[in-house]
Amino acid sequence: MCKCALVVLLFPLLSLGAGGNAAPVSSDQAAPAGKDKKFNAGDMIMHHITDSHEWHFLTIKKKDGSEWHATIYLPVILYTPGEGWSAFSYHKLHKAGSYKGYALDSHHKIIRTDGKHFYDFSLTKNVAQLLLSMVLMIALFVSVARRYQRQGIAAPRGLQAAVEVIIVFIRDQVARPLLGHRADRYLPYLLTLFFFIWINNLLGLLPGAANVTGNISVTATLALLTFILMMTGSKRDFWLHMFSPPGVPAAVLPILVPIEFLSNVVLKPFALLIRLFANMLAGHLIILSFMSIIFLFAAMSLAAGIGASIFSVAFSVFVYLLELLVAVLQAYIFTILSALFISETGATHSHDHEHVPATVETKH
Amino acid sequence: MQLLQPGLGLMFWTLVVFLIVLFILRRYAWRPILQALDQRQAAIDEALKAAERTRQEMANLKSEHEALLQQARQERIAILGEANRAKERIIAEAREKAAAEAARLMEEARRDIENRKMEALVDLKNQIGNMVVDVAEKVLRHQLANREEQEELIRKLTAELTRN
Amino acid sequence: MMELLSILFLAIDGTAQMGAGIGAGLSAIGAGIGVGIIGNGALHSIARQPEATADIRTNMFITAALVEGVALFGIVVCVLILFL
Repeated sequence: MCKCALVVLLFPLLSLGAGGNAAPVSSDQAAPAGKDKKFNAGDMIMHHITDSHEWHFLTIKKKDGSEWHATIYLPVILYTPGEGWSAFSYHKLHKAGSYKGYALDSHHKIIRTDGKHFYDFSLTKNVAQLLLSMVLMIALFVSVARRYQRQGIAAPRGLQAAVEVIIVFIRDQVARPLLGHRADRYLPYLLTLFFFIWINNLLGLLPGAANVTGNISVTATLALLTFILMMTGSKRDFWLHMFSPPGVPAAVLPILVPIEFLSNVVLKPFALLIRLFANMLAGHLIILSFMSIIFLFAAMSLAAGIGASIFSVAFSVFVYLLELLVAVLQAYIFTILSALFISETGATHSHDHEHVPATVETKH
Repeated sequence: MQLLQPGLGLMFWTLVVFLIVLFILRRYAWRPILQALDQRQAAIDEALKAAERTRQEMANLKSEHEALLQQARQERIAILGEANRAKERIIAEAREKAAAEAARLMEEARRDIENRKMEALVDLKNQIGNMVVDVAEKVLRHQLANREEQEELIRKLTAELTRN
Repeated sequence: MMELLSILFLAIDGTAQMGAGIGAGLSAIGAGIGVGIIGNGALHSIARQPEATADIRTNMFITAALVEGVALFGIVVCVLILFL
């Protein structure tokens, strides 16, 4: 929660980035950067938190002023209606500036030279990390499951014990109390959701890694899945209660029904996606901002840079530890809220007896 | 702007990756793990129930055992009491018998003594009588010179004898 | 130092950006108050009924997440103002 406050602290830095973007940015690769090239905190932060077509690890400045980048160029897959698919390495586009009718704009964004509409299905940095996390998750949990199959009901050991605690927690504290008899149907989804978010949160915290769960596309997809489950699992009672709430005067209905519809059907999944996105983004922003402070102060004087680095490193270590907590907390909250929303739409019990005494009392 | 605009490509890939993870883990991870957990839970429940049952049985056995012990103890007390009473009765009987026997023997002895005494007395009387007769004979032979004295003496003696 | 100040002034140059900053601040204040009240209530409840800690904690997280969600909407709106 303190993250909200910290996000606010960061807005000057974010707007700094916006200011920088307004001016035409020269390609850092093309022109040999001189020593007078200023450190731009906004650009640096934006570069780290947004998706890209290359996986950039580090830049080494050589003595002659030229730069060497340790970068993996990722495949670009594009589809233009009418022209079909084209796939090539981002390196080609990056080196030449334009390739096969596609080009890079000043923001390193792929555009079509003829301005036609196209779809970008590229294996970006985030996708590469998602695939990595997929392999990791499957290897991890399938090996744990093998252990169960081999050892039967023996006491859990090692990794198995660590995973089991969480599985049992999700089952007994999240799924069963909220979903009741439907818990078993949704349990695989909730477990996958929790571990998917948690592992991606943790991977995102690694230096040089992509900010997967801090990307709105990823969280939107997860929220969309929960929304689909909410709708497919919804019962007649839910809709009935929403469109004709018992014990409510007819005059209020035109106001109440849209509000109820909006809050129950639209806002809940939307809040889900924004919450995870904003929390993970904010964590990255704070750590990167603390890092930027070092360079901003160092640009003034060496002593200021050294002084700021002590303060910055201490704070970013603190925020990093906080992020480890937030990583699991946000995964838990996303999971428990998904379970809650699914349980709300699928509730079959009638609210009639709850409202009847209330109306009787108001008549007195 | 890029930060708040969901990109179709990344959404597509996220969906693909998530669904692959979901289906593979549901089939190869969650199902075996949850089944194993359920099995273990059932096994633990079963073991606990069995332990409870055994404990109950043990308690039952113990109470049975204790009841038996109590009964045995009571029986022992009863038997001991019985034996004690029997002992006392036997002793008393023996004492009574002995006393009766003693009394009988004493009585016999007394009667014997009496008989003997009577016999001795009779014998003594006879002997004394004989001796008296002898003495009297001698005295008479010696003194009965006159008749009157003789008769006087006879009378006196007979009187004395009859008095005896 | 003057350089940093000038950067900061440059950053809040423009009413939209100022509005965004103020809006984000207000969101944070609202969320802070909301979550503070929730935490207060949860701690009181836990102190009163330590045996219900698990239930209270779960509900505390859910409620706090819902409050936080509203605050994050505010933040998102501010970001939209800033960049659109």
